[in-house]
Amino acid sequence: MPSVEFSNRVYEAEPSESVLDTLLRNGENPSYSCRKGTCFNCMMRTPDGGVPEKAQAGLRETLRVEGYFLSCLCVPEGDIRVVQAEDAAIYQRAVIQSRELLAPDICRVILEPATPLYYHAGQFLNLRRSDGLCRSYSLASVPNLDRYLEFHIKRLPGGQMSNWAFNEMKVGENVDIQGPNGACFYLPGKPEQNLLLIGSGTGLAPLVAIARDALNDGHSGQVRLYHGSREPAGLYHRDSLFDLAQTYPNFSYTGCLSGENPPLGYASGRADDVALGENKDLKDWRVYLCGNPPMVHAAKKRAFLAGADIEDIHADPFELKELRAEQRSAERQKSVA
Amino acid sequence: MTESIYQQIGGEAAVNAAVDVFYRKVLSDDSISGFFDDTDMDAQREKQKAFLTMVFGGPNEYSGKDLRTAHAKLVADGLNGSHFDAVAGHLQATLSELGVPENIAGEIMSIAASTKGDVLNQ
Repeated sequence: MPSVEFSNRVYEAEPSESVLDTLLRNGENPSYSCRKGTCFNCMMRTPDGGVPEKAQAGLRETLRVEGYFLSCLCVPEGDIRVVQAEDAAIYQRAVIQSRELLAPDICRVILEPATPLYYHAGQFLNLRRSDGLCRSYSLASVPNLDRYLEFHIKRLPGGQMSNWAFNEMKVGENVDIQGPNGACFYLPGKPEQNLLLIGSGTGLAPLVAIARDALNDGHSGQVRLYHGSREPAGLYHRDSLFDLAQTYPNFSYTGCLSGENPPLGYASGRADDVALGENKDLKDWRVYLCGNPPMVHAAKKRAFLAGADIEDIHADPFELKELRAEQRSAERQKSVA
Repeated sequence: MTESIYQQIGGEAAVNAAVDVFYRKVLSDDSISGFFDDTDMDAQREKQKAFLTMVFGGPNEYSGKDLRTAHAKLVADGLNGSHFDAVAGHLQATLSELGVPENIAGEIMSIAASTKGDVLNQ
């Protein structure tokens, strides 16, 4: 079996085990979150080269050449020495400019990066606190329209970063940012194509950015945004989205409530049910799905069955580290019982 | 040398044209869609492409052993001959929808039929 050397300690890898899993199994504490190659939190570097191609997918060329890779996707083929990714190469400094409540459990955080960031509307960044805690958040801002970086942070029970952002984070404080990451964004071309955007919770953040980006770019097809929540308070940004619909006749916004007896002016049901019920033929449509993973996965399949090409369906499931950890320990308890 | 059927129907482009048509039919069929309930649609679509490349007579790294391994769990979950025939039916419908000439479609269907024992672990 290949060995993994980290901080002068050498561990034997189990068959088909990732570098990240080998380190975690042996009590090391490397940074990670999604464990499926999406979030880039677990990036490491090897001085030796020879990591599998898959473990470098999506990294920019300069990082690949220098031996950076995603430890959660790297099943070593031979002995490998790994080090934590060097900060300067992948992180940059940003200053917190403001924080305001958008809903009882959602706040808007504005950052200013030390150097301008080149990104596409709809991508996400990793935000890292000074003590090293790191989480992924989608950008709600649009490069050509907004000077600052905007994020919508939902407070989660037991969520370390989100509770810090709500209670302790100070304007003027620094955080580190890594990115942009992700492939769920608007690309110009085919301006006549209709767009269907479906999001739950703070899945609205990247979708608003994508919609504004497309409309600002002169997109002429329909741009239909469906946002879902259980309660009316969760449907934040409602007024500005109605304003956007006033400005652009080809844009529409529908707030969807899955709770009982929604008030007048809201659609009743989950956002994906409402959206796919009102738009039954998605042939030649482009579809964007962001938020709660079961909704995103189910909607992806339904959009495909409604006629959208797989290549035209862009999905960004928000995987939550704390919630996953809870599920895993619940599963473990189940298997012990 | 005569062209292989894979070359005759247009190679990789034919696979790309067929995969979404085929996958959509399979997922829409309630009698078999449960076997395709993987949440990772992109990975599953790659598998469908590998399968189509094989039955179109194209370059592939599929072996009988791979087919057995890949389907072993599904067989344990109840995959049987009627499910196999349903998938074959969707393949046939895909070929006719895309206008593949009958003699070539026949060859493709016989390659597909030849995998039945491996797929069903018989």
